[in-house]
Amino acid sequence: MSSEKGTEPLFSKKNKKLITDPLTDNNPVTIQVLGICSALAITVQVNQAIVMSLSVLFVIIMGNLIVSVLRNLIPSRIRIIVQLLVVASLVIIVDQVLAAFLPDLSSKLSVFVGLIITNCIIMGRLEAFAMANKPWPSILDGLGNGLGYGAILIIVAVFRELFGSGTLMGIPIFGNPLPGEESGLYAMGYQNNNMMILPPMALIITGIIIWVQRSRNKALIEEH
Amino acid sequence: MESTLDIFVKAIFSENMIFAYFLGMCSYLAVSKTVKTAVGLGAAVIFVLTVTVPVNYLLENYVLQEGALAWISEDYASLDLSFLAFIMFIAVVASIVQLVEMLVEKFAPALYGALGIFLPLIAVNCSILGGALFMQERQYSTILDATAFSLGSGIGWFIAIVAIAAIREKLRYSNVPGPLRGLGITFIVTGLMGIAFMSFMGIKYGEEVAEDENSTEVTTATTDQQLENK
Repeated sequence: MSSEKGTEPLFSKKNKKLITDPLTDNNPVTIQVLGICSALAITVQVNQAIVMSLSVLFVIIMGNLIVSVLRNLIPSRIRIIVQLLVVASLVIIVDQVLAAFLPDLSSKLSVFVGLIITNCIIMGRLEAFAMANKPWPSILDGLGNGLGYGAILIIVAVFRELFGSGTLMGIPIFGNPLPGEESGLYAMGYQNNNMMILPPMALIITGIIIWVQRSRNKALIEEH
Repeated sequence: MESTLDIFVKAIFSENMIFAYFLGMCSYLAVSKTVKTAVGLGAAVIFVLTVTVPVNYLLENYVLQEGALAWISEDYASLDLSFLAFIMFIAVVASIVQLVEMLVEKFAPALYGALGIFLPLIAVNCSILGGALFMQERQYSTILDATAFSLGSGIGWFIAIVAIAAIREKLRYSNVPGPLRGLGITFIVTGLMGIAFMSFMGIKYGEEVAEDENSTEVTTATTDQQLENK
């Protein structure tokens, strides 16, 4: 680990960059376009998004660590299969833990926990980073990318839950929407935007996040 | 019970892999720059989905499910291996993709030329594993239903990627605001297409097969028209 290098401190500048970069200018979702598959379907409620982010965070950190430890033992011809098996085993652990302790959320997330296996962020980081780096930087890289993924997920979920159901993590924000006993904003005629709950809005919100991010950082703009 | 045709039509339109579940988004966004490559990848997805889902269906029903092993001997009837589903499904998908690649290369070189580079990509396409997991979750009663579902999902995915590729080819000539160019506008256009596809949710699925066939014809006709318009 880091002691092998002796001189490099645990949180050197380079290592800190591993965590902060994916949160902003090298975000796995909005810049590298990875892991969108599972990211959007489970952003209807913030709860689901948080559980999903934590699951991915666990899988990516452990996966990076395991593959990084094994990197000199894995024959390069079968590395993809080995990586898939590592990820699949970790996802089974996550799935069993969720099913045992959070059965409601687990049934809502349905197939999307299983789809963490094919989440391109995880395979991408294993292939691009963990196969070529020592365990400690790999853990940090996993942490950074997992957080970057979670950040986008939670931002999208906040918008969708707030405007779609008028709640955040199940807590009503705008008052009581039940007809006949409206309170808060609903008493003034406010309506929930049911469109937000439908799948297409997740795409449009992500599109807008990309728009905002790229107009703040012109270097990221694509030619076409 | 839903009829096989219902399952098929539903999988194409109202439960479209891309627009309703966002499965396979990564390759959808990465390989949709030109129609030609999109057709190649789309065809490969149809092919692999139609092969892997029935195989996984057999695996699920005769090996993994609780009591599925009863056909070997009564001693195994109480076994429940369903926690192994993820690892088995992904192994099946990866090995079938390898196998299909080798077979296609040997026996259909022309097809290999068209699909070849896309096949390895597909092992990690979420829509393939997603198809298997949905099949597991929905508990289709026969292998025919499962096959209809997988074929329908594949065709739905194909329609989606070809349509977005056609739109992106045209978008190149339009004046999109700088920060939205490329990825951003693709997301928003996909969202708008998704809203259009939501209208298929209104299709009434029922027992009467005759009525169903009518609605199928109508919907395919309209999509063809939409595709042409695009």
